Amino acid sequence: MNDIFQLNGVKAIIIREIIVFIREKERLLSSIISPLLFLFIIGRSLNQNTTIESYTYQHFIFPGIIAMNILFTSIRYGLYLIWDKRFDFLKEVLVAPISRTSLFFGKALGGVFGSVIEMIILIIIGNIFVLKLSLIQIFLIICVGIISSFMIVSIGLSIGAVTKTIEGFGLVMSFLTWPMFLFSNALFEIKSSSNLITFVSKINPFTYSVDILRKIMLNYSSFNPLYSFFILIISTFILSYITIKLFERIDIQK
Amino acid sequence: MDIIETFDIKKKFKDVEALKGISIKIKEGEVFSLLGPNGAGKTTLISILTTILKPTSGTALIDGFEITKDPLYVRRKIGIVFQEPSLDDLLTAWENLYVHSILYGMEKSYAIKRIEFILKKVDLYERKDHIVKTFSGGMKRRLEIARGLLHTPKILFLDEPTLGLDPVSRRNIWDYIRQIKKEENITVILTTHYMDEADSLSDTVAIINKGVIIEKDTPENLKKKIGDEILKVKGYIDIENIRKLKFIESIYTDNEYHIIISKEITKNLNEILKFLKPESIEIKKISLEDVFLKITGKKIEELDE
Repeated sequence: MNDIFQLNGVKAIIIREIIVFIREKERLLSSIISPLLFLFIIGRSLNQNTTIESYTYQHFIFPGIIAMNILFTSIRYGLYLIWDKRFDFLKEVLVAPISRTSLFFGKALGGVFGSVIEMIILIIIGNIFVLKLSLIQIFLIICVGIISSFMIVSIGLSIGAVTKTIEGFGLVMSFLTWPMFLFSNALFEIKSSSNLITFVSKINPFTYSVDILRKIMLNYSSFNPLYSFFILIISTFILSYITIKLFERIDIQK
Repeated sequence: MDIIETFDIKKKFKDVEALKGISIKIKEGEVFSLLGPNGAGKTTLISILTTILKPTSGTALIDGFEITKDPLYVRRKIGIVFQEPSLDDLLTAWENLYVHSILYGMEKSYAIKRIEFILKKVDLYERKDHIVKTFSGGMKRRLEIARGLLHTPKILFLDEPTLGLDPVSRRNIWDYIRQIKKEENITVILTTHYMDEADSLSDTVAIINKGVIIEKDTPENLKKKIGDEILKVKGYIDIENIRKLKFIESIYTDNEYHIIISKEITKNLNEILKFLKPESIEIKKISLEDVFLKITGKKIEELDE
């Protein structure tokens, strides 16, 4: 029997996550509301007098808003791990005959599933009210979405793995999620004279998710899309590897 | 045949030595109780045997496999019911078991049959589609036992299975454990600090205190070892002369009570009474509680932290 990876373990955890996703509709609703507010309230309001590189503001931020939803949903999903730990459900999985690597892939893919469903909802709404997209575009958006979501879920899960209290949650939102969002070109293109701001936006892997999505949807990008894709893949590998290592150190006894 | 054999298991947490060398053998098919106060090392020992914790030194064989070398094999062969519920509150009873069956690699059509069978056994089949959040403490415990048994393990570990349950639910759980042991042909290892629980359920009781196993035998033998009947007296007592009576096994004082232990108190009551001026007197069959008190010199509640 293979000790490193068990497909049945991954499947069991994904099934659990899908059931929870379908059952807890509040989670879905609450995470899809703010992207829609950004897209329609801020997007529409600034439309009249803001254009970026000949795109209307609402068009410009549409890829950013899809990316925003991936970011917020995926980080929060990772943090639910703290809940699982608190309420002991995780124990059942930790004593099962499956490795921590399998646990990680089950959790990560479960998170990607939820995030992709939300992304599809946003694309449909956006397709009707904002920007008509072709099927090939939608397919490419979903592919990039899956990779980005996997990367960000890993970040969330790694924080979930090392954090013990739910109070840490808000801290993560303020000090990680929002900065990642604001330093990413999602709402505006960062062309700052400050080297620091440019630097932060360049080491932010999420910047490249936004940039690829914008290339696919508007054929506009700040970086070479191949370069962005390369960074995205490398970041996903590194972050998942770190998270697996952190999963191996989760202690069952509190 | 021994299904579990441990070899001098020691466990240190920083500077606290939780287990100071445990070597026990557990026979296949028996109900084995670890009895001791909180902090005695019961849960630590169970955690090591279930591969949750690594021992500082020593090891154990479970069904012929070494816990530190083949943890995943050992995990497939055991079922665990934790002290605190570890059910998934957001899932229904059936879904909890279904996810478990996949985690343990059970074949789907067999798993579905087995889930139905095991839910009926713990009387939860009617509630199978209810979300676990709505269950009472006793129902949750039963569902956890069902889950622990689902993958037909050879050994079921129960860590304080009736902690925090009301008396009726406790008796209920005892009945289930007895029935399961008979029907599933399984070895049951439980920890408890309830004397009556250990007495009523176990084939073998090991008394553990401060990380050491002090006694291990059947409940009957443990009781016989220190006597058969117990006399509790309040008031004046001529200890010197009572000690001289040859049918007396032991005598000691517990608060304001004098405790006399003997094989035949009722038969020799007249002789004992000569040396007493009792305010109150009570004769009863010896219980595990008395054994524990005799061995450790303290009641289990006094040792609880």
